[in-house]
Amino acid sequence: MQLKSSFLAGSEAARANRTAHLAMLDTVAEAAAQAAAGGGEAARTRHVARGKMAPRDRVANLLDPGAPFLEIGATAAHGMYDGAAPCAGVIAGVGRVMGQEVMVVCNDATVKGGTYYPMTVKKHLRAQEIAAECALPCVYLVDSGGANLPNQDEVFPDRDHFGRIFYNQARMSAAGIPQIAVVMGSCTAGGAYVPAMSDVTIIVKEQGTIFLAGPPLVRAATGEVVSAEDLGGGDVHTRLSGVADYLAEDDAHALALARRAVGNLNRARPATVQWQTPEDPAYDPDEILSVVPADLRTPYDIREVIARVVDGSRFDEFKARFGETLVTGFAHVMGCPVGIVANNGVLFSEAAVKGAHFVELCSQRGIPLVFLQNITGFMVGRKYENEGIARHGAKMVTAVATTNVPKITMLVGGSFGAGNYGMAGRAYSPRFLWTWPNSRISVMGGEQAAGVLATVKRDGIERAGGTWSAEDEAEFKRPTIEMFDRQSHPLYASARLWDDGIVDPRKTRAVLALSLSASLNAPIEPTRFGVFRM
Amino acid sequence: MFARILIANRGEIACRVIDTARRMGVSTVAVHSEADAGARHVAMADAAVAIGGPAPKDSYLRGDAIIAAALSTGAEAIHPGYGFLSENPDFVEAVEAAGLVFIGPSAAAIRAMGLKDAAKRLMAEAGVPVVPGYHGDNQDPEHLAGAADAIGYPVLIKAVAGGGGKGMRRVDRPADFPAALDSARGEAATAFGNDAVLIEKYVEKPRHIEVQVFGDGTRAVHLFERDCSLQRRHQKVIEEAPAPGMTPEMRAAMGQAAVRAAEAIGYKGAGTVEFIVDASDGLRPDRFWFMEMNTRLQVEHPVTEAITGVDLVEWQLRVASGEALPLAQDALRITGHAFEARLYAEDVPAGFLPATGTLAHLAFPPGVRADTGVRTGDTISPWYDPMIAKVIVHGPTRAVALARLSRALEQTQVAGSVTNLAFLGALARHPGFAAGDVDTGLIARDLDRLAAPATVPSWADALALLAVSGSTGGAAGGALAGFALWSHLERAAVLRRGEEVVTGRITCLGRDAARVKLDETSLDATLRADGWRIEGQGACPVLVAGGQVHVFAPSGTISYALVDPLAREAAAGAGAGITLSPMPGLVKAVFVAPGQAVAAGDRLAVLEAMKMEHTLTAARDGVVAEVLAAPGTQVEAGAALIRLADEEAAA
Repeated sequence: MQLKSSFLAGSEAARANRTAHLAMLDTVAEAAAQAAAGGGEAARTRHVARGKMAPRDRVANLLDPGAPFLEIGATAAHGMYDGAAPCAGVIAGVGRVMGQEVMVVCNDATVKGGTYYPMTVKKHLRAQEIAAECALPCVYLVDSGGANLPNQDEVFPDRDHFGRIFYNQARMSAAGIPQIAVVMGSCTAGGAYVPAMSDVTIIVKEQGTIFLAGPPLVRAATGEVVSAEDLGGGDVHTRLSGVADYLAEDDAHALALARRAVGNLNRARPATVQWQTPEDPAYDPDEILSVVPADLRTPYDIREVIARVVDGSRFDEFKARFGETLVTGFAHVMGCPVGIVANNGVLFSEAAVKGAHFVELCSQRGIPLVFLQNITGFMVGRKYENEGIARHGAKMVTAVATTNVPKITMLVGGSFGAGNYGMAGRAYSPRFLWTWPNSRISVMGGEQAAGVLATVKRDGIERAGGTWSAEDEAEFKRPTIEMFDRQSHPLYASARLWDDGIVDPRKTRAVLALSLSASLNAPIEPTRFGVFRM
Repeated sequence: MFARILIANRGEIACRVIDTARRMGVSTVAVHSEADAGARHVAMADAAVAIGGPAPKDSYLRGDAIIAAALSTGAEAIHPGYGFLSENPDFVEAVEAAGLVFIGPSAAAIRAMGLKDAAKRLMAEAGVPVVPGYHGDNQDPEHLAGAADAIGYPVLIKAVAGGGGKGMRRVDRPADFPAALDSARGEAATAFGNDAVLIEKYVEKPRHIEVQVFGDGTRAVHLFERDCSLQRRHQKVIEEAPAPGMTPEMRAAMGQAAVRAAEAIGYKGAGTVEFIVDASDGLRPDRFWFMEMNTRLQVEHPVTEAITGVDLVEWQLRVASGEALPLAQDALRITGHAFEARLYAEDVPAGFLPATGTLAHLAFPPGVRADTGVRTGDTISPWYDPMIAKVIVHGPTRAVALARLSRALEQTQVAGSVTNLAFLGALARHPGFAAGDVDTGLIARDLDRLAAPATVPSWADALALLAVSGSTGGAAGGALAGFALWSHLERAAVLRRGEEVVTGRITCLGRDAARVKLDETSLDATLRADGWRIEGQGACPVLVAGGQVHVFAPSGTISYALVDPLAREAAAGAGAGITLSPMPGLVKAVFVAPGQAVAAGDRLAVLEAMKMEHTLTAARDGVVAEVLAAPGTQVEAGAALIRLADEEAAA
């Protein structure tokens, strides 16, 4: 059934919403532009003067002309390391090569020589995680000095540190997910294993180098004096060592060879869902900015968003009269069938049970799930605890955690507390998790957190017989509130890769479609749910 | 009327004859050489007979084979087209001897006009004005030089049996005469098997005006004049009818002279009487002289058809089958004005060198008559005339017809060979030509400007780059072309235009929008139903085919070669200069010696090892510097066998 919007285009509220959203978008766009500029103009000029293509140009020339590029972590490391690692020094995303969707991971050598900061490692691993879950061939455009030495304690030793990159390569290769490396610059020490662990490796002549220890270290260790090219250049590795398979004349040639390698992978998409002919929504997606209140505390009907995201604005709403604070139903996004789970208020027991039911339905049918998350949490209070809201909430969390259909999560508003779990937050491994610029994420609201802390404090003071003035309490609460405000901001969240990136709300439909398309490169395995507490 | 005719020709004229025959219900037989087995005229005809090898002497000039083909296919008559056997009286006699009808004049009429000096004498006797000149049998060089002196320089040396400008030389000074005579004779001997020449007065501001005649063997009518003054080295480029500046008196005088000429030889069928006109003082009835009579249908006959409404091939068939002249002189009228431009595969900037190639694309705008013998996919072979088509337009006035010609040439699309399209377009826009101020020297005077390669507009580069950077998206990709979360990716694209490398940076902004950066300029492109529009510029057709991009710009086709980065050979680095033994073995043979040039892939030596003979080849082009192992030597793996000189040293 086609949804009917009750949105009034010319209203004062609509204009105010739009203005506020555009301002938030500007902030993010500025951060994204900073990230895209990499190490800055001077570093870029030096890089290009060596005959190298700029990192983003490498990605562009690897991908099919005009094909969409779903970048992940576009503002990663924003505001971290004193701004030393724009975009975390690595470009990553899902693109298309010879019609095949691939995960591209491209070092940005203009950012500290492409060395790995903690966030670089995290982003690289996240890209690999997406590739592994979606069965996307990986193309690594390598140009990196390896681990960032001043940060070695945060990039080398732990499980999800540098070594995990090669572990992932081996595991993916074993799973039949092709690993292709293009060595377009340095590939030193641990980094040498990126090409060495790849199925196919291309190296650029007199530019790419692969060695476990560079000339300075060799000289220090053994006294041997050797040039980088003779130690591990393209000629050496394609002719003598066999570490690389194809010798390229330059970046353009190397990328063409990589395209050809992907073209020869002989991969077909598994049969998963029944695609339909895509159809534009009946309502203009551009109106989302005017429809959605700028202030998270203002309630609105999430169906207004759904109407501007799904094909033909058609939505087969499931259990519309039950547990109304959770909207569930079937729709198509650019031809792909989806089950939508969207918040329309705080979660009650009925809503949670309905959510579990709907997730079960989609799992049974192999329909991917889309979560539109705007949740302040599960309802609190004696009545609700006593009726077992934790038990009902657990059913929804269990269903979301154990379903094997692809899940795509979009934070369109608040993401607080256990609501985040039931709505496929990061911990629930959605294939992709995107956020809107107006979204906020934290364990609870800043006010509430400060209130909890203040209550504990007041209890202590009053037990000791003291008194606490309202002014003192406000002063006590302020830093907590400010901290929560700062840390719940999407740029703060995205910088730390709690999500895959911030999305212009008007592009929600496109991002969902591309996320789904990427996800459906992997077959949908049957689901076996955990025990539902009845 | 004949039930079936054979066309003893190829190319556009064969197709053109078949068109009319088919319209008249006459079945057609094509003949073809081996090279033309798949040609358009063969495909169009009801039957086709292979008559020999690709060289004209092995096929289209083989009268016996053609007559045999006509007899075996039941054709009653043979249409000769133009060129080849069309003006060969022996062939006419052979056709008639075989009991077939030759669609054209009698052998006697052809003979009468075939030798130009005799024809002029005949015409002078019939009261047709002729140019002062020597048409005698004495071909002694000194005698000819004397004749030239008597006529007065400049003079023209022409092959007696000639046509089409072959064996023709202008001589300005007595000193140049002997050399010019030699070269004219050489060319005449090759082209016509007859090296006899005649000498004529060279007319200073000459115009070439010819009159179309049509006879029934006794009486003749004329179908007015054509002006063929736009010539390059005696090759007609653009023809028109009627002649600009023609007066009724002059037209009447020329028409009557032409009819007298035709009737004097009992002419039957379509013919053309060529006159040279001195236009230095405008067109005057006493300033035209008979040059020659072409006893066949002319290449440029369509302009006459356009202004008279007569189908000359239809008339040929009707008169040849015994009908009377379809129209009397006073029933013939001129309506409007017509032009014909000859589209050739030739390299204009390189001096109009004939070109060859396979036509990746050929299309003409609607509403234009395009007589052609080739289609998309056909080859312009070196065996025959490289004409691709004749583009013919008609309009109520000369100005309108010329504007239509210009537009038709702008919209003509040819890819796969260089052509003279841009040159024709420049001619059609030439102010002197537009003013009707034409003479046969116009092209030569303005050649530099007319033949200059058109400057390539930046939007053409942008179109070509876009054409090779289109979206290749799949299910979701098409609609999401150019999608980016925040920062659009800018892709580098490279093409080669001639020697020039065209580099651009393309940003796909969506399904129907893109930005193209060329050096410092940034151009916005929008996709519409008819193609990309650059900065609001009108759409222009673009074709990607056979490793090339063709932009059909109004100034002519601009072609770009795709640059395939994979085509680049990754030289094996420093190692390529030395050929190493791949395994231990015995050198069986060495095929090169120091100083010898080798190409990549050439055999250098043979190594016998593991019961097998391994051929060692050159990894790159180069010159052998040293042979390091003699035959019979046992060598180790990795032993250097042959060293090529360093590339710098070799260069």
